[in-house]
Amino acid sequence: MEVLFNPAQLLLATARDVLPVLLLLVVFQTLVLRQPIRRPGRILMGFALALVGMACFLGGLDLALFPVGRNMAVLLAEGAQADGATRWTAYGWIYLFAFLIGFSTTIAEPSLIAVAHKAEESSRRSISALGLRVAVAFGVAVGIALGTFRIVTGTPLYLYILVGYVVVAIQTVFAPRMMIPLAYDSGGVTTSTVTVPLVAALGLGLAANVPGRSTVLDGFGLIAFASLCPIISVLGYAQLAQWRSRSHTKIAS
Amino acid sequence: MTDNVATRFAVAFGRSLLGAGRDLLPIVLVIAVFQVLVVGESLPGILSILGGLVLVVVGLALFVLGLDIGLFPLGEALAEEFARKGSLVWLLVFAFALGAGTTVAEPALIAVTREGAVAAAEAGIIDDDKDAISRYALGVRLSVALSVGVAIVLGVLRILRGWSLPVMIVSGYVLVMLMTLVAPAEIVGLAYDSGGVTTSTVTVPLVTALGVGLARTIHGRDPVMDGFGLIALASLTPMISVMLFGLGMG
Repeated sequence: MEVLFNPAQLLLATARDVLPVLLLLVVFQTLVLRQPIRRPGRILMGFALALVGMACFLGGLDLALFPVGRNMAVLLAEGAQADGATRWTAYGWIYLFAFLIGFSTTIAEPSLIAVAHKAEESSRRSISALGLRVAVAFGVAVGIALGTFRIVTGTPLYLYILVGYVVVAIQTVFAPRMMIPLAYDSGGVTTSTVTVPLVAALGLGLAANVPGRSTVLDGFGLIAFASLCPIISVLGYAQLAQWRSRSHTKIAS
Repeated sequence: MTDNVATRFAVAFGRSLLGAGRDLLPIVLVIAVFQVLVVGESLPGILSILGGLVLVVVGLALFVLGLDIGLFPLGEALAEEFARKGSLVWLLVFAFALGAGTTVAEPALIAVTREGAVAAAEAGIIDDDKDAISRYALGVRLSVALSVGVAIVLGVLRILRGWSLPVMIVSGYVLVMLMTLVAPAEIVGLAYDSGGVTTSTVTVPLVTALGVGLARTIHGRDPVMDGFGLIALASLTPMISVMLFGLGMG
């Protein structure tokens, strides 16, 4: 696709995207709650900033993150094929790259830090904030790495997801109840707006460059894995913490 | 007075810029290390990439700042208001509209559906022209938006009625698997991915405000812990709706 940086067109498209949210809030405020809008100038100003920001962001994606993700997939895939081997073991650098991208972008995510802190307090410190953060980041990292492995081997996506779901369902029965909603949510919130496009481009680029893979059938799934695996790792961490505190105190909670 | 506003604006923008830069920093580091140690050559077109990265950081910072000063105060006040005293019907209407409206404006979703549509065009599933691609991308996005609206409604009902989250999630899993059996294979990957991208910059703060506001109105609940679960549902329903969209296309 020829996407050159075209500010006017991007601004227009962005306005179409953000306008519904603004309209929605204004309609509910004035027609349903029948209250005046406070500081309309400030709202318009924020709206204009958000528009310009989104247009720049989408333009920047096309110039930087998409090509970089695809380029990385091409280079690492070529490197693997140059060694002559075409088995899945030849793609080690890809798995490592995917793992590191997943771990490093998640471990310092501000929303995760806030949630982990809250969970530590609520659990009377049987769960440590740092442990929880590592569990989520590890889950995302393994998820993306597993996703690249799946693209390389071309095994069906739904099988992995099915197994993941079964594991989550079983863990849900045994994990401490308080941690379950938190664990379920941790999958959805951790992949940031910057990480998602890069990871998507990595998957599509990889599928295009591993022989015998189709972009549409095999190129997706990295984000799905990055959403599913943290649920498993957080539930696992919660089970571990529960088991440890029980064996220490021997008092039923 | 104006000076004061300008300073506050500069500080807020600086903080926003820092946040966006922090999001990008680990990616840049990992890529740089790989480029030097593993690939051993410099990136082609490094200048346009650097320019693009600057655009990404500045754009994301402006976007978040704009939301912070414009949309979020209004949205959060509304969410709390509806949670506190609105009738159940209006609360549910608002919950649906909030989930659907914020998802349409989610930058990551816009980016991924566009990539998905281009991949679909390259594979010959849809016509390879601009119109068909943007129609397909918009179709997927709207399916996702509607389903996030449904998810938020379900999540609100769950908080009010105390339904069991695990039961809802596991039934959702079963539905996803059943849909996978009948949906065209080409849409399954995109559908699974769309679950994870729906909830970020725009949706999470507003939806969290709604959940926390609701949990606060019900006696004996911890606002933060009971507010969870909305995001989980909003990550699940898009998989189902995008596969439905695929069925409709095929």
